[in-house]
Amino acid sequence: MDNYRKIFKNGLWENNQAFVALLGLCPLLAVSNTVINGLALGLATTLTLILSNAIVSLIRHQVGNEIRLPVFVLIIASIVTAIELTMNAYFFELYLILGIFIPLIVTNCSIIGRAEAFASKNPIGASCIDGLGMGLGFTSALVILGAMREILGSGTLFANAHLIFGAAAKDMTITVIGNYEGFLLAILPPGAFIGLGLLIALKNVLDKRLAKPAFQTVNLSLDAKKA
Amino acid sequence: MADNKKLMLRAGLVLGLFSLIGIGLVSLTHTLTHEKIEENERLFVLKNLRELVPENLHDNDLLASSLQVSAPKIFANDKKLTVYRAFKNKRLVAVIASPTAPDGYNGSIKLLVAIKENGELIGVRAVLHHETPGLGDAIDTNKSDWVHSFSGLSLQNPKPKSWRVKRDGGVFDQFTGATITPRAVVKTVLKTLQYYQANKETLAQTTRATNG
Repeated sequence: MDNYRKIFKNGLWENNQAFVALLGLCPLLAVSNTVINGLALGLATTLTLILSNAIVSLIRHQVGNEIRLPVFVLIIASIVTAIELTMNAYFFELYLILGIFIPLIVTNCSIIGRAEAFASKNPIGASCIDGLGMGLGFTSALVILGAMREILGSGTLFANAHLIFGAAAKDMTITVIGNYEGFLLAILPPGAFIGLGLLIALKNVLDKRLAKPAFQTVNLSLDAKKA
Repeated sequence: MADNKKLMLRAGLVLGLFSLIGIGLVSLTHTLTHEKIEENERLFVLKNLRELVPENLHDNDLLASSLQVSAPKIFANDKKLTVYRAFKNKRLVAVIASPTAPDGYNGSIKLLVAIKENGELIGVRAVLHHETPGLGDAIDTNKSDWVHSFSGLSLQNPKPKSWRVKRDGGVFDQFTGATITPRAVVKTVLKTLQYYQANKETLAQTTRATNG
């Protein structure tokens, strides 16, 4: 159980695919212009990660070393195509907005990366948890960056929520800044780069903060020895 | 040597097996979803068309009485465009053409241009474009009212040489910081009107498509 928690936290924070590994930047930067777009792509990516990790883990003893990469690619591509068709059928408007970035999940390096680095060496339970953690880590990056850009860029939050949550969520849109003219830079690609840079910096600061108490105890014990 | 051959054969078989599984998964999903997807696409087109030509104006199925046409002379390319035709009592009341303006700022802009039987514009919509957010995307109805300025215009009003943006000496507003986008749209709407005028008789023929 403890092991699972460690794997999960590793995906969500320590080895966050977007903020630490800097993988999958193309969809991250392109789709994070609103919270809902980010959330949708994040969830689709998470589902892909869990499924591909599970299958890769199941077949890890059967597939020889020479052909493992093509087999992984085949598996990931099939999963993504199935997800794309399903979204096209049941989340049609969202599918129109996300467009090319759904099939491009195939090219997100973090998926083949997790298959190769983790799932091909670990049992299925751990692999699923790893997929979930990594996926949610990536999703949270998309959502946080999406929120930043949506508030700054258009002054709203959760616009188009009904595309994911159905008609009941039509009123979920929060106008954060009324009568807002919009800040174009935040919506355009440069805004995504600047936002991502700021978030990575913030994470580094937080990590340092979190690490400090540990340093202090070490120092104290050294002092105690000297005394 | 024989061992090596055996390994290669095994690898090939494993790869083939996974290709089959992958194909199976994709075809299964396709079978389960393709009806729903086709329905979605049909409804999406229909929703856009209904916005321009409301249901009470016609009594036929717009999608069933559409034509694939091409007019290389007018549009300067031989791309096919779909023309949806609205009939009432077997008489043409309006057409909706779907031309593409090839010269937008970020690639082509797909339009819907609805024209009344008498050659007057009902309205124009940009259905697919990649124009710059905040600048060129004012052609979108949820960004600005600009496309509504076409309603009621025709080849007689204004005169063809005024079918330009103001900067080029015409009557249409350009957007601050974006002239290329409105210029492309105006040009294509004009061409569509010219196409309609030249082909009105052919389009009005109700052969087999009236009550489809």
